Amino acid sequence: MSAKPKLAVYWASSCGGCEIAILAIHEKILDVAAAFDLVFWPCVLDFKKADVAAMADGEIDVTLFNGAIRTEENAEMAHLLRKKSKVLVAYGSCAMEGCIPGLANFADRKHMMQYIYHDAPTVDNPEGVEPQPQTTVPEGTLTLPAYWDTVKTLDQVVPVDYYLPGCPPEAKWTQAAVEAIMSGQLPPPGSVIGMDVTVCDECPREREEKKIKRFYRPQEIIPDPNKCLLDQGLLCMGIATRAGCGALCPSVNMGCRGCYGPNVDVVDGGARMISAIGSVIDAKTPEEIDAVLDTLPDPAGYFYRFGLAHSMLRRTALVRENGDRRAQPLEEVPHLDPKLKT
Amino acid sequence: MSEEKVGVYVCHCGHNIAGTVNVEEVSEWAGQLPNVAVAKDYKFMCSSLGQEMVEEDIKKEGLTRVVVAACSPHMHEPTFRGACQRAGMNPYLFEMANIREHASWVHQDDKPAATEKAKAIISGAVRRSLELAPLEPFRAPINKTTLVVGGGIAGINAALEIAGAGYKVLLVEREPSIGGHMAQFDKTFPTLDCAACILTPKMFDVGNSPNIELLTYSEVEQVDGYVGNFTVRIRKRARKIDTTLCTGCGDCWERCPAKVIDDVYESGLGYRTAVYRPFPQAVPKYPVIDTESCIYFKNGRCKACEKFCPTGAIKFDQEDEVVVVNVGNIVLATGYDVFDARRIPAYGYGRLANVFTSMEFERMTNASGPTDGKVVLRDGVTAPETVAIIHCVGSRDKNTNVYCSATCCMAALKFAHLVKEKTNAQVYNFYIDMRTAFKDYELFYTRLLEEGTHFIRGRAAEVTDAARLPGEEGKLIVQAEDTLIGKQRRVPVDMVILMVAMEPRADASEVAHRFGIGCSDAGFFTERHPKLDPVATMTEGIFIAGTCQGPKDIPASVSQGEATAARVLGLIGKGEVQIEPVRAQIDEDRCSGCRICNNLCPYNAIDFIAEKGVSRVNPAQCKGCGTCVAACPSQVITGQHYTYDSIMSQIEGLLYDVRSPNEKVRVVEMEPA
Repeated sequence: MSAKPKLAVYWASSCGGCEIAILAIHEKILDVAAAFDLVFWPCVLDFKKADVAAMADGEIDVTLFNGAIRTEENAEMAHLLRKKSKVLVAYGSCAMEGCIPGLANFADRKHMMQYIYHDAPTVDNPEGVEPQPQTTVPEGTLTLPAYWDTVKTLDQVVPVDYYLPGCPPEAKWTQAAVEAIMSGQLPPPGSVIGMDVTVCDECPREREEKKIKRFYRPQEIIPDPNKCLLDQGLLCMGIATRAGCGALCPSVNMGCRGCYGPNVDVVDGGARMISAIGSVIDAKTPEEIDAVLDTLPDPAGYFYRFGLAHSMLRRTALVRENGDRRAQPLEEVPHLDPKLKT
Repeated sequence: MSEEKVGVYVCHCGHNIAGTVNVEEVSEWAGQLPNVAVAKDYKFMCSSLGQEMVEEDIKKEGLTRVVVAACSPHMHEPTFRGACQRAGMNPYLFEMANIREHASWVHQDDKPAATEKAKAIISGAVRRSLELAPLEPFRAPINKTTLVVGGGIAGINAALEIAGAGYKVLLVEREPSIGGHMAQFDKTFPTLDCAACILTPKMFDVGNSPNIELLTYSEVEQVDGYVGNFTVRIRKRARKIDTTLCTGCGDCWERCPAKVIDDVYESGLGYRTAVYRPFPQAVPKYPVIDTESCIYFKNGRCKACEKFCPTGAIKFDQEDEVVVVNVGNIVLATGYDVFDARRIPAYGYGRLANVFTSMEFERMTNASGPTDGKVVLRDGVTAPETVAIIHCVGSRDKNTNVYCSATCCMAALKFAHLVKEKTNAQVYNFYIDMRTAFKDYELFYTRLLEEGTHFIRGRAAEVTDAARLPGEEGKLIVQAEDTLIGKQRRVPVDMVILMVAMEPRADASEVAHRFGIGCSDAGFFTERHPKLDPVATMTEGIFIAGTCQGPKDIPASVSQGEATAARVLGLIGKGEVQIEPVRAQIDEDRCSGCRICNNLCPYNAIDFIAEKGVSRVNPAQCKGCGTCVAACPSQVITGQHYTYDSIMSQIEGLLYDVRSPNEKVRVVEMEPA
């Protein structure tokens, strides 16, 4: 048995950016390789699930887990790695708060399948084939991991020790986390490795008292490079987003998209943002307010772009088999999350 | 699990709660809640026995939190906070659960549901109480100067009482003179005293009191601060008159060639000049120049007043002046507006010449008014032979105002008497109900009945000049259903007087916002309690008197004015105030200076500290409303006593039966599909 601590990296429902972000620590990766025994990293090394299953419980010292939990397989791997790991890190926005995959929680499985396999303009599927968890072929039965109605975050499935925010996390924080683990100087479990202020703290733009008369999309105006983007009507999530990125997006005239998630202790970042924006809209009558909001397309997508799955909102309502949680007639939403039956 | 020991006390409130909520069941149930050490129900928790029970349990059982499930905290939170304090517990560790207004009163038809709701409310209060922290009230000295806004009869009396007790008063009036609506009246009901005879001595006293500083033709623009320590910005509009030189001789207005209709003092029935003093007894005596109608301000020529002024007091280049003053208490006595009778076209005001409003009639019958007190038609000479008085114009009417204006019945009786006295005309009163409450008012009604005034019970439907029947030609016809005989009547008359309603000032809601108080649905300022605290407001140190609070007559306005004086003097006598420590606080280490909150504070309590790049709440100005707490996108503003955790715990407690009470909100554990 190696004397070096054991490190595992896994991706669940994610784009792969986090894997690359780990490599963005550049030559420090050599220190990692020297310091750790890499026991599982499907993207890089040819270990199999069976190799992990064969390990003793708690044998892995640290697992960096990126990606959200949206299939049976994601959940299975999360449970397995939790069991085998001393420290489980939710690495990146998907594992921490659901991120872009989490936006699927505005729909459900049935509607997604319908669009992806039938209605999308690029689809050619004359036989109307849909993937099934089980398919019988002459050679036997093939199985696919079941696809869930609801995208979940890692900590909604298994207990998580640390969180690294960002889409993807900035290299300096990966490095800080690695150094903390290597030195054994870990913060209390449940901590987010990062800062406890918002992006405004790192943003050099000049801010004024806010009064927003209308919103602009980035292509509609050329913003003043020195003034706060939000003051200029460009929706910037920086006010409600945890710092740590160095205000990358605002420094190139693009409003913060909110990938570092809400600030410390905030349960629902989207709601915070809506409350803040709602407070500074410069309008008096309901009509004027509507006119300002009309300049803000897809508010749910803006405000919950990264945090929907982990917000209090979590998802749009699913109908229980025995109850009517939304006004829609039952037959229109026949797909039911059977475990929601209480 | 928290170590706190909570006492829960369920009040029967006689039958108010116990008649609907099963209080024994609720209290037994509450005893089973985590952390609850004592749970009892009692007939009247607010009684001294109820309070002593709480005190005793705190001492004997070592309670660290107390929840009383009874009425609104508005009503008895101070009572039970006091009980807790007497027993040595910090009063801010007390929590009130309102199971009367929120459960028993609103669910009288569903007792089991009311009982269940009471449980949920108590569960929420218990959970919240665990998150409460001890707080200490601030103390601040009280500035002994008082601001009175509005120089009508209510404001005048407030100012005189306070000044009479030896304290400084600043009386701000929007018009060029104090006096208000009462100065326009001729006689007052039911005694028929001359209004001017009883009002002008008071106005004179105000003008001469060494303790009253009078700022007429002025308006309050901004109010900051809190009870005991308000800072007020007042705009003194330019009179264009140097009051240190003016003697009030009248040479200017006598020579002024610009004549305009006087919509304010004369209610549109008479004229005034561009440089004018609203009425002879005006206080102060100085005129003002109305720059909108002054010929010099319109085309640069004239200056007649300047030429004839013996003391050189006309100053065309005088500018508005802004003064900032510090006061300890504020009395609002901003009065009312009269209902615009054009809003009821069926009565023909503004279209039919001889339809008058009650304010016009007041001026007409006033000896110093435009007709020298003669009751005449719009032609200025013909005395009417028949007069109709229509009650409730803009009152008790769902199309305009649903409330009763309280004074018009008596004023209508007064008018009927004056018409009879001056013209001997036949008078017809069209009324819905005759409302003559209060001392000696009914006697006056009886007197009018004996004088032979006709009373027709029914709301007038229409006033028209379209004659249909013989005897109607050239007359105004009042059509109404006489509900006592069940018949439609058409009464031809020469003159119609519309008893117009009292309405909130057009800018009442703006003024309320400026002073940080509320308005009722109708738009009048809201008192702290309709019965037991009628002149205080929800904002400490701000009081309301007179018709700005609701329609009322002169004696009631005077009483309220004097009542506010008593309240103000009480505070001044105390010397210092205790201020609720329920305040917002910004964690400056974590504030990123996004400035979302800077614009929001209704009390201007938030400053941006540019050098540190953070925002800061001034606790003296903050009222703890929570607007900034809700808006802060990074959640670094905390509302004391209403912390995030306490609110979330309360919600979790309320939902005790839908979610395990110990489950953290952010962990939503659900099995996959």
